[in-house]
Amino acid sequence: MKGRLPHLLMGGAVTLVLGLGVAWLSASPAWRNAPENMALLRLSFTHSGDRSASCRDRTAEELAKLPRNMRQTQVCDRRRPPIHVELEVDGALIYSAESAPSGIAGSGPSRLYERLLLPAGVHELTVRMRDNPASEAFDYEATREVELHPGQSFVIDFRKDSGLIFE
Amino acid sequence: MGVRTALKRGFDRVERPLDRLFGPDWNPMANLGTLSWLMFWIVTATGIYLFIFFDTGVVNAYQSVKWLSETHWLHAGLARSLHRYASDFLVLLMLVHMVREWAFDRYRGKRWFSWITGVPVIWFVYMSGITGYWLVWDELAQYVALTTTELLDALPFFAEPIARNFLTPASLSGRFFTLMVFLHIAIPLLLLLMMWIHIQRITAARTMPPRGLSVLTLAALVIVSFAMPAVLQGPADLARFPSTVGLDWFILGLYPVIDLVPPSVIWTGALLFTVLMFGLPWLPPRKDKAAAEVFLDFCNGCTRCEADCPYTAITMVPRSDGAPFPQEALVDPERCVACGICMGSCPSSTPFRRSGPLITGIDLPGRPLSKLREEVIAASADLAGPGRVMTLACEHGAAAAPEKGRVILPCVAMAPPSLFDFILSRDLADGVCIAGCAERECHNRVGAQWTKERIARTRDPLLRERVPRDRLLTLWAGPTEGARLDEALAGFSKDVAALEPMPGKRSLETDATGEEDPR
Repeated sequence: MKGRLPHLLMGGAVTLVLGLGVAWLSASPAWRNAPENMALLRLSFTHSGDRSASCRDRTAEELAKLPRNMRQTQVCDRRRPPIHVELEVDGALIYSAESAPSGIAGSGPSRLYERLLLPAGVHELTVRMRDNPASEAFDYEATREVELHPGQSFVIDFRKDSGLIFE
Repeated sequence: MGVRTALKRGFDRVERPLDRLFGPDWNPMANLGTLSWLMFWIVTATGIYLFIFFDTGVVNAYQSVKWLSETHWLHAGLARSLHRYASDFLVLLMLVHMVREWAFDRYRGKRWFSWITGVPVIWFVYMSGITGYWLVWDELAQYVALTTTELLDALPFFAEPIARNFLTPASLSGRFFTLMVFLHIAIPLLLLLMMWIHIQRITAARTMPPRGLSVLTLAALVIVSFAMPAVLQGPADLARFPSTVGLDWFILGLYPVIDLVPPSVIWTGALLFTVLMFGLPWLPPRKDKAAAEVFLDFCNGCTRCEADCPYTAITMVPRSDGAPFPQEALVDPERCVACGICMGSCPSSTPFRRSGPLITGIDLPGRPLSKLREEVIAASADLAGPGRVMTLACEHGAAAAPEKGRVILPCVAMAPPSLFDFILSRDLADGVCIAGCAERECHNRVGAQWTKERIARTRDPLLRERVPRDRLLTLWAGPTEGARLDEALAGFSKDVAALEPMPGKRSLETDATGEEDPR
């Protein structure tokens, strides 16, 4: 490195300036991924559709053809029905969709994950879910008035034992 | 002028001032690959050091990063800043390296392997960076975690939406951080493997920049790390969402795009980009010239061609013709780019030979030594008057355009030193200019270095001492340095014109009579 002092100094200065630029770009400029005064609402379910509607009793002839250890009286489709979910915000329907069962055979739970941005403030949220296609009515329904703050993350989840959850 | 040529000339124009600031051998643009390796090792070393202080867990992760950044800023905080900035530099260097190799047309033909193996490197670098940002578990990490998992959930592979792990503070488990630490170690290891494969078809690949460049780069990074320590944003809180984040535009630069367009567009774009990158060497393919060929009658297995080949295209194998030498050279046509450097290195490559046809130990079928000899003789016919200068030019340098008295070669190292002697001693010119490509980086990696060492008599085949050095000019100039070339050639022509007549030179006709060389 003999005689390379000018290169060390000048090259070092250039690298330093570049490094400062890299350091600045590693945290700036800031990125705004949502407008101001908005709250995030996430609607996320993992729930298996009720396949009882597809079940039927086997006839006596059918049962007789089966080995003794396999004579279950009821037989159901392996595939689960989709679940249907609706979300109303302040009386307006803003989400309505069917979620198909997962798995190659369609025997797994339906899964749903939706994110919505809402203006901060008080909102009336109504969620409905139908997991049994036997009827047009919704099996689960809940309404809640919530006050959403700017930057708040609000979740609507579902658990079989507790029903629809707002948190 | 095509896009590639314009870009290549643009690079040359940018790199010339850097030659003056850093010196050609330390020019960072000519050391993009080795600097990337240096960055990788800095990131690895600082990552191992940070792991001593880092605590995985939903709360502990952020607290430990805050503690090491603030309480132990002098060493652990420095390590964290170096870890981040070296990662950013790695991304920058990698992308410039990729564009530059494309512009210099070193990505297709026989060079496809290095390009193809570089594509997974891009993705591994990004994945390493993204998983690293996740571990800090600040607001940026939360944004990265949510955006990444929502993007991944758009793929039909995952049984449970991964984003559900980030629904509420209670839904996130410390186990997830353990998984992320594992990924942040496993992915860089895969990256290292791919980087190693990436350089496999390069002879004696350098994985470290010149020491001086390493020192100044590291010093600059340390100063930057103290002057602008890596930012730690507020702690992640899943009950809130970070609507504004200070983004690392090198590693996370695509995240705003992910925010703005549907996941299907992102995945389709990523897939198309990857396919395009993999397919680029064949869009369109380049038809390389025929690979070098070995002529065993003139090969004594001296290994010089193997040592000089820049692309590991030559291996030495046991002798197959019964000649009393243990080895012979074998050319792999899949790797040979026909640069001709092996021909220049072969001790049999001497244009002086008068007995029998001019065949050398290793020759280019498309441009054999005998043809090169004829070209040199033909070029001399165009030279007249005092100060006749013949130029042996690199096709990638300033003298790449055809000109009277100029012989253009794939690489100047294709010309054996005996050719310079031949031109001068047979009175084909009064001076020889060896006009290579830019000194900072030979297009064929080592051609400039080998040429310099052969002339300096430190590398075989040596240039004979009898060749007057004042009649030789070596000039390294990039494609945009035509004016410097012309000026240097004019000055050199004037200089050789002023020299005393060269003693002992003889004409080609005298060769034909079979007279011995008086020298």
